[in-house]
Formats: sequence, C-alpha cells, structure tokens
Amino acid sequence: MTALVAEQAAGRVDGVVRGRRGRQRRGSLGGRIGIQAMLWLYAAYTLMPLLIMVSDSLRTQQQMVMQPLGLPTSPNWGAYSQAWIEGHFGTYIRNSIYITVVSVLLSTACSLLAAYPIARARQWLFKVAESVFLSGLMLPVYLAILPIFFMLDSWGLISNPIGLILVYAALGIPFSIFVLASFFRQLPEELEEAARIDGAGPWRTFWHVLLPLVRPAIATVVVFRFVPVWNDFFFPIVLLRNRDSFTIPLGLTQFFGEHQSNFPMAFAGLTIATIPLVLLFLVATKQIVAGLTAGMGK
Amino acid sequence: MKTSARPRWRATGPGPGLGAGMLFLLPAAALFAVFILVPLVQAIGYSFFTWQGAHRIGFAALSNYTALFTKRPYTDEVMPALGHNLLLFAGAMVFQNSVGLVVAALLHRFNRLRRMFQTLYTLPYLVSPIVIGYLWSLLLSPLFGPVNNLLKQVGLGDLAHPWLGDPKTAIWMIALITSWQWLGFPILLFGAAMGGIAPELDEAASIDGATGRQRFFHITLPLLTPAIGTIAILTFIGAMESFPIPFAIGGSTGNPAGSTDVMSLLFYRTAFESGSGGYIGVASAIATLLFLFIFGVALVARRLMDRVERGLVR
Repeated sequence: MTALVAEQAAGRVDGVVRGRRGRQRRGSLGGRIGIQAMLWLYAAYTLMPLLIMVSDSLRTQQQMVMQPLGLPTSPNWGAYSQAWIEGHFGTYIRNSIYITVVSVLLSTACSLLAAYPIARARQWLFKVAESVFLSGLMLPVYLAILPIFFMLDSWGLISNPIGLILVYAALGIPFSIFVLASFFRQLPEELEEAARIDGAGPWRTFWHVLLPLVRPAIATVVVFRFVPVWNDFFFPIVLLRNRDSFTIPLGLTQFFGEHQSNFPMAFAGLTIATIPLVLLFLVATKQIVAGLTAGMGK
Repeated sequence: MKTSARPRWRATGPGPGLGAGMLFLLPAAALFAVFILVPLVQAIGYSFFTWQGAHRIGFAALSNYTALFTKRPYTDEVMPALGHNLLLFAGAMVFQNSVGLVVAALLHRFNRLRRMFQTLYTLPYLVSPIVIGYLWSLLLSPLFGPVNNLLKQVGLGDLAHPWLGDPKTAIWMIALITSWQWLGFPILLFGAAMGGIAPELDEAASIDGATGRQRFFHITLPLLTPAIGTIAILTFIGAMESFPIPFAIGGSTGNPAGSTDVMSLLFYRTAFESGSGGYIGVASAIATLLFLFIFGVALVARRLMDRVERGLVR
C-alpha cells in the first residue's frame, strides 16, 4: 500500500497530475452542466468561510448584523492596524518564520543524507533503518511530549526556538526520507558507477551527481513540511511558555482570548495568521498537491 | 549494466558503501532517536511509576492504569472522550471521505476544470486548524455569527441555533468543521488513484452496455479499495489525534459541559493543567494506552488491507 502511494507521489512531482489519457468521458450536456453546478456549489461552501473572514475583517460589527453576507463597500482597515499592534503579530510571525525555516531545512538536509544509502545500499543495516524511520509515519509522536518536555527543560531549551526546531526537524524525518528515498531509487545506478569510474568518492557522487537530480523531490519535501510545522499548535503550547517566543498559532490563542468579542479585529487577526500560507500556496501549489498525494498528509 | 568484468562493484553494490553510508545515516538517526524513539519509550516507562511533581518516587506497577478506570475524575472522562474521538472518525468517514469520493468521481469527468477545483477544495487544508477552529466559532456564534444571521434573513430563523453552545450539537459541528478543512485530501488521493485505473476497463464495460453507475460500483470502486484503506487509516489516526480544533472551540476542558472533550485534550489537561500530584504517571498511562490503540488499529487495518489487495490481484 505504501509502495503504491509512493509510486504515485513520485510520478506526480513533475507533472502533479499527469495529463489524462486523452479521452473525454461521454455524458449528456445537461448532466455535465448539473455536475458542474454541484462542483461550484461545493467550491462556494469551501471558500465562503474564508471569504467571510477577509470581508468581515473590513466591516463593522453593525454591518455584519444587518447584512450577514454584505461586501466591504467602504473597507475599514483599522481592525488590521489595531490587531497587528495589540496582537504582537510581528513577533509571532518572526518566531514562526525562524522556527519553520530552520527546522525544515535541517530535517530535509538530514533526510537527504540518510535517504541516499537507504535507497541504494544493500546491507541489512539500511533496511532496518528504513523500516524504523517509516514506522514514524504511523506513530502518534505527540504522546512523547512529557519526556521531550523534561529533556528540553533540563537543557534550558523551554521557550527557546532551538528546542522546537530540533523537535520539528526530528518529526519531519519519516516523511522526508519516505519521499526522497523513493526518488533516489528512480535514478539509474549507472550514474553512480560512472562517477566512481571517474574517481569520485561517496560524498562527491552524492553532492555533485545525485543531488542536482533529486531537486524536484527536495522542493516537495520542503514545501510540504512547511505547512504542518507552521500550523502546529500542540508542541508550542507545551514547549513555549514565554510570550516573546510564541509562534503564530499559539499567539493567536492569546489574541483571540482577549479580542474575540470584537468581531472585525478577531477576523483581522485570523486573516493575518492565514496570509503567509496562502502566499506559499500560490507560489507552490504543485509541491503541496504532490506532498498531499504522497499520502501522509498529517 | 553489470558485467563480470567489474567484480568490485558487485561486492559493494551501489550506494555509498557501509562506512560512508553509516556516516550519511548518522544525523537523521541521531535526531530521530533522541527526539522521537527514546522519548516514546520513556513515556511508556513513566506510566509505571508513581510521581510527585516532576520526580519519580516509586514503582507503581499498573496503578496508574487502574486509576484511569477506578478513580474520579478519570472514570467520568475517559470513555466519553474516547467516544468523541470515534465519533469524529465516523463523521470524517461520512462527511469528508464519502463526499470526497463522490466529488473525485465527478471531477474525473472533467479535464480542464479538475485541477482548478482540486486546488480550491485543498485551500482550507493550508489554514492552521487553530485558525479554522476560531473562525468557525465566530461564524457559528449565536448573536453576531453570520450563519445564524443568514438563516434569520432567509426566513429560516427557527433553525438558528447556538451550534457550539449546545452539548448535543457541538461535537458534530467539530466533525463537520474538520471535514470541511480536510476535504481536499480524499479528493486528491482518490483522484490520483482513479487516474491509475486503466481507461480500457471502463471503455470495455461501456461497450458491453454498463451504465455510468454500474461502472462506478463494479469497476472503479473495487479498484479503489487500496486507496479507501489508506485514507481510512490516515483518517483514523487524524481523528484520534484531534487537538487544535476542539481546543479552539471548547478550550482545554471540552466545553460545553465536556461535550467536545477528546483524548488528546484529556491527556494535555492531565499532564499540564492538573494540580494533583502523580499526574505525570496517569498522563503517561493515557498516552501509552492511546499509543497502543492507535498503532494497534492502524497495524491491523494495514494487514487487512494487504490481504484484500492480494485478493484483488488474484
């Protein structure tokens, strides 16, 4: 089952969804229009809450009651500046960017190194390593939070971004190795043999020959790991105690607790927290879809 | 190509070789061991000790486990919380995965529009679940919430309801909200699986006079069994681990009246919010049981799936 999904993911990274085999399925025109109407309706259900969030952040509480679905005809940007300042979003966004970027790079780098021997070497050690890493895909890791908490506490890393970075880097390894190893396996072995004949050692073969070829998979792993790390709430709520170290999801609980009765401001805060990922989605739809289809969305 | 003229490579095989390979493996193995494997084993170990604050004061054997089923408040909390998790799983299977299967099947007919719709449906997945929880708590709020106001304006005021304030509806709302967020996931996975089905099968059945519905139920659906299994297992894990959306909506105590309490909230409360001594042992017992339950069910389901898959091939 895993193998099936892996093959699909691997085939998908380049074209996301491979061009459908030419043929259009038959169906009456009326049927097709009806189906399209349903699909649009569902799209509206999917998007409406997010659109209301943005739209109502620009309207007053009064307008929301009078016209639940009204548009912000005279947009009121005040809620944003107020939310930005009172919500300390600048600090939270900085922390989120730092923690997410460094941890994803760290876990991708470690996984790349490990994926190469796991995909290629035939010694039993690497087979065992692979199954241990891949078991991490099914482990409810958050249940290990108490020992992790005590460990980081004894190292003085509570409320320290480095503690979270290390935890997230470790959490990203199973998925990253899973995707990267299946990519390394697709490369022809002759490449390595050719490099060896030319006198390249394992490191140069890896760095100069193989790495440039797995770039699309690296992009998928980086972008796709970015999302859950950026959005995570559970580890920050336990491991970050000091408000200056909060990430966006955790900072938002503080903000929302204080301002939820002020609807425009609450909506503005939620919108601010959402914008960075929507931007990411716009530039990297392909990688996110590829990652999701790799079957390990969570 | 390997020929007998190059025996040296046969011996070592492809890859970096044992020594260099171990070096390549080292950073990932160290991170994984220190931050995942060792803590998981430790967490299980914690559950067999009596704790005073953050200190182990003695061996407890199974008393932390028996406390879960004999001592208050745990006796009142464990089964309802577990029930809510299972309800979230059932809700996701119906509202998210079944709907997702239908949508994926409908999308399969369209070439050009499919990618756009897939992208639209996937958008909520990107938004942090904590944002989703708060967003819906505003949308569903009884007084100013757009949902109730909209119902009133279109003359369905009788249907207006404190959706999240009523213990009877709150957990169902969480199931719906979670499904709303994750719908893109089954659509993409089913879409990918349908793309892998040879169109000739469908065409042949079509020539033999099978209707669209017959083709779906007798060809597409059986061939989707592996995908359905994968999605069910991942949905199960997700539902058992559900935390941020219930937290955003009901706080750490599962308001209203514990009706949105789930296992991870119970674990979180016991571990980090409970004032009583000895809580670390009990929290670890919860974690261990939950761990065994999730991992055990996922493993058994996977075995079953493999058997079904083999049956399909034959």
